[in-house]
Amino acid sequence: MAISLRDVHKSFGDFKAVDGVSLDVPEGSLSALLGPSGSGKSTLLRLIAGLEQPDQGEIGIGGQEALAVPPQRRGIGFVFQHYAAFKHMTVRDNVAFGLAVRRRPKAEIRERVDELLGIVGLSGYADRYPSQLSGGQRQRMALARALAVRPRVLLLDEPFGALDANVRAELRTWLRGLHDDLGVTTLIVTHDQEEAMEVADQVVIMRAGRIEQTGAPRDVYRQPVNDWVMRFLGPVSRIGEHLVRPHEVSLALEPEGDAVEAMVARVIHLGSHVRVELELAGGGQAHAQLTPEKADELELERSDIVYLKHAQVTTPEARALSA
Amino acid sequence: MTVTRPARIGLRVIALAYLALLLLLPVGLVFEKTFAQGLSSVWASLTTPAAISAFWLTIEIAVIAVLANTIFGVVCALVLVRGRGRARWLLDVAIEVPFVISPVIVGLSLILVYGTTGWFGKWLISHGITVIFSVPGMILATVFVSMPFVVREVAPVLREIGTEQEQAAATLGASRWQTFRRITLPSIRWGVAYGVVLTTARALGEFGAVLIVSGNIAGKTQTLPLLVETRFYDFNSAGAYTAGALLAAISIVVLLIMTVTAPDRRRH
Repeated sequence: MAISLRDVHKSFGDFKAVDGVSLDVPEGSLSALLGPSGSGKSTLLRLIAGLEQPDQGEIGIGGQEALAVPPQRRGIGFVFQHYAAFKHMTVRDNVAFGLAVRRRPKAEIRERVDELLGIVGLSGYADRYPSQLSGGQRQRMALARALAVRPRVLLLDEPFGALDANVRAELRTWLRGLHDDLGVTTLIVTHDQEEAMEVADQVVIMRAGRIEQTGAPRDVYRQPVNDWVMRFLGPVSRIGEHLVRPHEVSLALEPEGDAVEAMVARVIHLGSHVRVELELAGGGQAHAQLTPEKADELELERSDIVYLKHAQVTTPEARALSA
Repeated sequence: MTVTRPARIGLRVIALAYLALLLLLPVGLVFEKTFAQGLSSVWASLTTPAAISAFWLTIEIAVIAVLANTIFGVVCALVLVRGRGRARWLLDVAIEVPFVISPVIVGLSLILVYGTTGWFGKWLISHGITVIFSVPGMILATVFVSMPFVVREVAPVLREIGTEQEQAAATLGASRWQTFRRITLPSIRWGVAYGVVLTTARALGEFGAVLIVSGNIAGKTQTLPLLVETRFYDFNSAGAYTAGALLAAISIVVLLIMTVTAPDRRRH
């Protein structure tokens, strides 16, 4: 295991930021710490980096106990949400920093920096200052800087959180590709489920300082351990006893079996799919996600009466009881 | 805020008139009075033994005070902004003391401590060290009155740059000293530079505190401001203007060097 945490606790005053976390991050994997703000995910990352000290617990990196080791010698690369670019240095000097403080030979530094600038696509920008780069370029520079010293693990704290939506999407695809090429064990903190699902092999879902669930993206999505995780990972509707994903809801114009009656409140065409907002006959709201073809076939309009069916998914909590 | 054109012009006139009446006119007149006597008498007035001694003593005291307060100021700003101690507010208040108490009181208090009957002075004198009515006392007084400038300039800059760059440096393997040398110091350098200019100006011009602890002995413990005063009360007003003009010129040169060497601060 590249990173292992055992019963880690960290409080700030009365606030329990991390409340008994144990976690293994496999060697060579890309794992995501996913949770709402205040769930302790960034604190956990900073504990691994040594930027904070835990009140209790054990932290191991690459099979070695890390707590007695200062951040300088933990063999980590850390990327901050707001880049933490060294503003008074050129891109080249930023990337060279870790090697320069290790007093590596000048020729070696130059070669390594050129190689990394090539990898992150900033070859032509070596002599610029961070203020002359876009947000996405600054973050790629920060990544090159972190990778320059060949860290054993790469820790990314909301790395794309300060960027525009389309730059974020582009960079996370790029990050996944980079990880596949380099194979450095990576742990990324994010509050965006889509981002976690897209980039990670393993998703670690945190809430209030604890881990709710750990697993591959499809497993946590399909088999959430509780209602909170299910709601956190994507939109859900409650239909009777059941929590259902909108794409698992099907609509019919005629009553059939145990279908639930509902009235169409709004039909929203979103291009790749159509969202139908519904008022349930027994009270409450739900929404269904249909293909455009299905929506055309039903010719739904506001105030139409429809009948809902859903795939046989019970609530996670009900499943846990029956298991 | 939008300002109408007449109002804008009016504001400029007021600002310039204020500056001209209170600053440019008096300082300009000192230079005018100085050079009205003719260059040869200016030169003669500047090269008397007392004037030469006062010039070098002023420079010596200012250099020592600036060095001491720059190092102290940066360390103190780091403690104030980055420290975790609960008593930091006390330091924060203490640093303001030289601003709020009159330099004359600073001089008197130094005599109470280091004078022949002072509680530390007796011990020092018995070990052959004289502080009062000698250069060490003048240095102490100058350091005291010019203490807050570097701290007050550097602390807000430190606060503004935050700790992320320093943390990034640590994760990249930099020791505390390397982080300070390569990250913190370059980030605060203009704050330090401006603090140095203000400290220099204050140190060069200090009068009250230095007057009390120096004894004002020509050729020994007389700085340029003290020379100006002595000449003025000796009815040598031309000589006083000349020494005053020299003092003003030194300060202006320091300010100019700083302004010219500082690149566009907005770049970063």
